[in-house]
Amino acid sequence: MTVTTTPSVEAGSTATPMRPTGPARLTPAALVRHGLLLTWRSLLKIKRNPEEILGLTFMPIMFVALFVFVFGQAMMGDWQVYRDFLMPGIIAQSVIFTTIGTGITLNTDIQKGIFDRFRSLPVTRSSPLVGAVLGDLVRYFLTVVVILAVGMAIGFRPGNGLVGVLASTAVIMVFAFALCWISAWIGLVMRTQMAVQNFGMIWMFPLSFGSSAFVDPNDMPGWMAAFAEINPVTHVVDTMRGLLVGGDAPVTEPLLWTLGWTVVITAVFFPLAARAYRNRS
Amino acid sequence: MTDAIRAEGLVKRFRDTTALDGINLRARTGAVLGVLGPNGSGKTTTVRILSTLLQPDQGHATVAGFDVVRQAHEVRRRIGLTGQYAAVDEELTGNQNLALIARLLDFSRPAARARAAELLDRFALTDAADRPAKTYSGGMRRRLDLAASLVGQPSLLFLDEPTTGLDPHSRNELWDVVRGLVDDGVTVLLTTQYLEEADQLADDIIVFDHGTVIAEGTPEQLKARAGDQVLQLETVHPEHLGRATAIVEAVTERGVRHSGTEVSAAVTDPAMLPAVVRQLDDAQIPVAELALRKPSLDEVFLALTGHTAQAPDTDSIIPEEAHP
Repeated sequence: MTVTTTPSVEAGSTATPMRPTGPARLTPAALVRHGLLLTWRSLLKIKRNPEEILGLTFMPIMFVALFVFVFGQAMMGDWQVYRDFLMPGIIAQSVIFTTIGTGITLNTDIQKGIFDRFRSLPVTRSSPLVGAVLGDLVRYFLTVVVILAVGMAIGFRPGNGLVGVLASTAVIMVFAFALCWISAWIGLVMRTQMAVQNFGMIWMFPLSFGSSAFVDPNDMPGWMAAFAEINPVTHVVDTMRGLLVGGDAPVTEPLLWTLGWTVVITAVFFPLAARAYRNRS
Repeated sequence: MTDAIRAEGLVKRFRDTTALDGINLRARTGAVLGVLGPNGSGKTTTVRILSTLLQPDQGHATVAGFDVVRQAHEVRRRIGLTGQYAAVDEELTGNQNLALIARLLDFSRPAARARAAELLDRFALTDAADRPAKTYSGGMRRRLDLAASLVGQPSLLFLDEPTTGLDPHSRNELWDVVRGLVDDGVTVLLTTQYLEEADQLADDIIVFDHGTVIAEGTPEQLKARAGDQVLQLETVHPEHLGRATAIVEAVTERGVRHSGTEVSAAVTDPAMLPAVVRQLDDAQIPVAELALRKPSLDEVFLALTGHTAQAPDTDSIIPEEAHP
């Protein structure tokens, strides 16, 4: 038997009374539409899931309070000074840890067969991935908002006003967008949710703590300081510190480093995640 | 009559295991094709290839006249998939699940709402419409799952082990739904490990074992292949069962099946029954029951593969009346 090269529309339509559904062609507009629909699905879960609300609000509140009031005085002799130093760092750290959710949700959706449902529909191939990532960007944004609100409730005042707040939010969002492909890749290649949790978390600790997020690298032993200097999180936090807190901290140099790292991470992990997504069956 | 599904020489390997080793199959338009086989025989892999979720390593297949690899989008516009591996979102309500799929299929917002309501009503889920699917019972979830695959009114439906794990009541309900769809003109490909299910629903049956097709035909034809009839024997005293088995084995020269105090074996020659009776008489074994009947699909499987299907309910005997 030879396979017909032209779609035998007659065979498809005369055989049954039903008509085909969905878009006849998958245009970029369809990708946007499908992606946004699946983003809506991803966001519906925030409302339905008590753990998520807890993770997105309670955890950041607790972290800010603990770091400021437990370590603040000991670190810098004045908890208020440490609070201002800490804010950009803890925003970055919380958002970085939130990216782990991307991998976990992708893994769960695949395990449960939900992606198979979407993939058997006439929708753009990548829309489930797009929906998951866009939904998570909203989560990252909420994390930033919650932490800033907590910080301001305990007296933090952004030195560069609203512009600084928006600019530093943009910086961490861009960086998180790069990181979420690492998480997505881990979520797509690991078999179990537990493995995603473990592997997704492991690299986050040295990256977020071995940086300028909580302590000035000048106060670290030489080798640790050297690590912190090249750590992308240090560049992100330094940029945010300059934008958010103000003062004489330089912004341009760490910003360029941040953008460079963002490009490199995305260039490596986006193709890996995309390939894992295509291969995952 | 055209074929709704045609597959030729499908091969699929996963690392070092060969899941499919040259599968050929055809499903007639408007009919139910039952794919029968034990776990790991390649049923699900076949469904995943035909529903465009997986690409074959070799061979090709068309669904509704479209190639599953090169014209996957056209295939997806015509199929519905339900089963082990196509699920509903537990966090979303029944209503949201269906409306989301309708929206993805380009229904307008009001049309999506209407379609969801219609399907929820049809599957008796209206009362649970606004509850998250994770609160549903097993039967309700399967119904929602099936409803989800019908949103776009597919002309072809893949049901991958649709009743595994369901209680008999829910299973019967689902069977009725499938029959209703067939009446509407939908072509169904159903995989199952339940022989009774294939016998109840399928017009044609194809039997898989270890990634190959070992038999195909109508349920009646398959039964005929296991011998025209099955000899069934029950001894009065259980201790005679061993000797009775030996006699039946010697006469029929076929594999013999035990269940409880019963022995059964395929009969190819009408002269075998008197031969068995004579030998039982010579051996002075009192018989409680001795009968010839049509074979069940399980016996067909035994005859075809040399082993029984490893399904949990292999002992279920299919009533002869099921097929006129």
